[in-house]
Amino acid sequence: MNEDLLTPDAGGLYCQAGDFWIDPLKPVPRAVITHAHADHARSGAGQYITARDGVPVLAHRVGQPEDLQALDYGEPIELGASRVTLFPAGHILGSATVRIEHDGQTWGVSGDFKRAPDPTCRGFEPFACDVWLSEVTFGLPVYRWPDTRQVMDDILDWWQGCIRDNRPAVLFCYALGKAQRILAELHGRIEAPVWLHGAMKPLTDCYREQGVAMLPARPVSEAPKGEKFGGSLVLAPPSAAGSPWIRRFPRHSSGFVSGWMRIRGNRRRRGYDRGFVLSDHADWPALINTVADMGAKRVITIHGNGEVLARHLHDQGLEAECWNLRQTLARPADNADSTPA
Amino acid sequence: MKRFAALYDRLDGTTATNAKVAALVDYFSQAPAEDAAWAVSFLTGRRLKRLVNTRELREWTAEASGLGLWLIEESYEHVGDLAETMHLLLPPADSDDLSPGLAELVEQSIKPLRQLDDDARKQAIFRLWRQLGGTERFLLNKLLTGGFRVGVSKRLVTRALAEVAGVDSALMAHRLMGRWTPTARFYRQLLDSESDSDFEQSTPYPFYLASPLDEGPDALGNAADWQAEWKWDGIRAQIIRRGGQTWIWSRGEELMEGRFPEIEAAAEALPDGCVLDGEIMAWQNDRPLPFAVLQKRIGRKKPGPTTLKKAPLAFLAYDCLEWDGKDIREKPLQDRREALAEALAAAPGLLESGPVVFDHWDALPDLQAESRGRGVEGLMLKRLSSSYQVGRKRGDWWKWKVEPYTFDGVLIYAQPGHGRRSNLFTDYTFAVHDGEQLVPVAKAYSGLSQKEIDRLDRWIRNHTLERFGPVRSVEPTHVFELAFEGIAASPRHKSGIALRFPRIHRWREDLSIADADSLETLKALLEPGK
Repeated sequence: MNEDLLTPDAGGLYCQAGDFWIDPLKPVPRAVITHAHADHARSGAGQYITARDGVPVLAHRVGQPEDLQALDYGEPIELGASRVTLFPAGHILGSATVRIEHDGQTWGVSGDFKRAPDPTCRGFEPFACDVWLSEVTFGLPVYRWPDTRQVMDDILDWWQGCIRDNRPAVLFCYALGKAQRILAELHGRIEAPVWLHGAMKPLTDCYREQGVAMLPARPVSEAPKGEKFGGSLVLAPPSAAGSPWIRRFPRHSSGFVSGWMRIRGNRRRRGYDRGFVLSDHADWPALINTVADMGAKRVITIHGNGEVLARHLHDQGLEAECWNLRQTLARPADNADSTPA
Repeated sequence: MKRFAALYDRLDGTTATNAKVAALVDYFSQAPAEDAAWAVSFLTGRRLKRLVNTRELREWTAEASGLGLWLIEESYEHVGDLAETMHLLLPPADSDDLSPGLAELVEQSIKPLRQLDDDARKQAIFRLWRQLGGTERFLLNKLLTGGFRVGVSKRLVTRALAEVAGVDSALMAHRLMGRWTPTARFYRQLLDSESDSDFEQSTPYPFYLASPLDEGPDALGNAADWQAEWKWDGIRAQIIRRGGQTWIWSRGEELMEGRFPEIEAAAEALPDGCVLDGEIMAWQNDRPLPFAVLQKRIGRKKPGPTTLKKAPLAFLAYDCLEWDGKDIREKPLQDRREALAEALAAAPGLLESGPVVFDHWDALPDLQAESRGRGVEGLMLKRLSSSYQVGRKRGDWWKWKVEPYTFDGVLIYAQPGHGRRSNLFTDYTFAVHDGEQLVPVAKAYSGLSQKEIDRLDRWIRNHTLERFGPVRSVEPTHVFELAFEGIAASPRHKSGIALRFPRIHRWREDLSIADADSLETLKALLEPGK
C-alpha cells in the first residue's frame, strides 16, 4: 500500500515527497498557500507559492514575501519529487485547490471552496484525484444555501427599507472576500452611498486594482463630520459589532452575511436584526457533489466539523476519515526546524 | 397563514421594541378575527396539546429528507430547536400558493391530527410539509412541537392589543387572563372599546409583581409610609370566590383545580365576590416547611390522603383585590388590608401573612437577617398608599431577598443549549469533592456573560473526554462559584442532596479544582431532621 502523500503538521499539511507545507500556521521553509485568510496564510515562511490572482491580497495580509512564486491555475510545477498544480477554488479572489502527483498517486487538497458563482473570482474547477482532502466548515445537512440572487434581493429589500426610514443599514461581513463579493453583486443594481469600515478599504482596493467591478464605496473615515449615514449601506467586519465605532451610526438596522445565519439561534445570540445566508464555503450538498466530481475513492475531511461528513461518506461506501490539523499545533514545533532535507 | 408568517418575519427581523409593537398593531388591526384570536393565543405563550411525539417527527423528517436518522439527531444537536431542524432539513415545498388561514390550519388540519391513526397522521403531516413553504412551514413545525417563543413578551402583545382596542393596557392584561378559547368572538370582545366588558366568572386579575431592591430600604423615604411583610418561598396564587364557586390560579395562570383540596375547602367560607392574593406554602405548626415538601404537591393533580398528610399546605393571604363583588385594586393597600381582615375573619382556614412590625429602617436589616431561620426568602416592602397594579411596575412594591448561599463547584459535564444558545455549550453540570471523587450536585444555565460562554464553549470542545449523546464530559479543570436558595435531602440524586435555584455567580479562574468545596460542607447546611 502506498504511503500517504500528506500528513498533518504545523497546523497545515506536510508533503514529504515535495518537501513543502500547505497552509501551515507556523513558520516553515516552503509554504503553498491556498488563499489569504488568516487561518490559512501566516507570515514567516521561507518561500511562498500561491495562485497569481491571489498575490496582491496575500502580500497585503502577510507582507511582501522575499521569495514568492506565483502560479497560474492549471500550470504544474515540480516540487521535489512531486508535481503540484493549482486550480481555482471559487472561495475568494486568488483562492486555489492543490493537486499533488507523486509515484502514481494523485491527491487533491482544498483550502476553502464553494461551488456557487461569485463575480469576484474564478469558479471552482474539479480535477480527478484518488484522495480528496475537503474542508468541512458547514458539515451538516441543515446547511443548504439559498440562491445568491434571492439573498441579494433580500439584502436590497432590507437596505431600501432603511433608505425609506432614513436609517443606516449596517451590514457585517468578513473583510476579505465577502465584503467585495457583496459590492460586486450589488454593482449595477442600486445607486446609493456605501461606506466601508477602515479594515475593508485596502482589501477592496486590491480587488478593484485587479479589475473586479464593484459598487463605489468610501471609507467611513472620509465621511464629513456630523454625517448620520441615513439610508447608507455601511459594511463592517463582525468584530466592529458592539465596539465604540458602531456608535457613529445612530438608529441603524444591523445585518450579518454568513452561512452561519442559516441557524436562527446564531443570529439571535449576536443580536443582529437580520441574517443573510450567503457563504463563501460549500454547503452540505456541494461538499458531497464535489466528492463525486473529484472522483475520489478516499476522502479526508479537514478544517471544521468533518466527523459527520466522514461518517456519512463512509455509509455511502467511500473510504473516509477526519483529520484534525489544529491538533498538530499543540505538539512542540519540531518539524519546522528539523525537517529532513 | 401567510399573514401570520409575515408578522413572524417582522417580529423576528428586529430587536427594537417599538418596531415589534408596530408590527403587532398592524397585524391585529388587519387580520381576520378568527386568525388573530389564534395569534393572540400563541404569542401569549399558550400551546396546543402535544399532537405528535417528537420521536415520530424525527423519523418522518428522516424519511421525507432521505437522510439517516443519525444525521437528523446530529443536526438537532447542532441547531438546538427541533422545529427549526426539521424545517431546514425537509425538501422544498411543492408550491405555497394554497395557504390556509391560521385558524383554518389549526382547526382543520392540526387539531384533527389527534383523532387520526399513526399512518393517517403521518400522511397528513407529509401533506402539510409539501404544502407550506418558508416561514409558514417553520411555524407549522413550531405548533406541532408545542413551544412558540418568538421574542415578543406577553407584555408587548398586551400593549399592542390595548392600542388597537383603544383601552388601557391594564384592562387588556385583565382580559387576557384566565380561561378563554381563541375564537373570533373572543377576539372581538378583546378589542371592545367599552371598559366594562363581561368577564367570565373564573377570570383572575393580573398579578402585581415586586421589583428587587438593589440598595438598602432607607432610600425608600419615610418608613411610616411602608409596610413590611415576609417574602414567602411558595406558589404565588389567587383565590377567587364568585357565584358560590372557588377557583385557584397560579401566577403562571394555571388553574389549580383539585390540586389543593384543603385550601379550596377553606376558601369555601369566603363570601361571594371576593378575590385574595397570597402564597401557597407547605406549612406545619405555624411555620413553613422546606420547599422540597411543597414540591411533592406540585404536579399532583389529585393528591391522595397520604400525600395530604405528608405535605400539609396553607394559604397565606396578603392582599384582597375584590370585595363585595367590586374590584378594589385602585384602593390603597391599607384599605385593601382591612377588606382582607374581614375576608379572613369569615374564612379562618386561610391564614394572613401579616405586616412585620418595625419602627425605623434601622430595625429592618436585623429582621431580614432572621429570614433563613424563619424559612422565608427575605422581606417585602409595600407602600401603604399603593394601588394593586398590573405586572412588574417599579416603585411601590419591592422584594428584599437575603443573600443566597454559595459554593465553589467544578465543571464536569456540558450540553448544548436551545434557542439563542443553540450550538453552544451552555448547560453545565457542576460537582463537588466527595473523598477521592467528584460528585455532581447542580445543573446551571445562567450567570455567565456571552464572552465567557463563548470562551468556555471553545474550551469544552477542545477538552471533551467522552460524549454521551449531546452531553460531553470534560476534564475537571474550571471552578465556578454557584449561588443557590436552599438545600434539601434527596434520595433521587447521587449526591443525596438537591439544591434550589442553582445559578452561576462567577467563573473562579483564580481557583483550582482542589479549592472546590466538598459534599460534606454542603450537607452541613441541611437542617437536622429534614
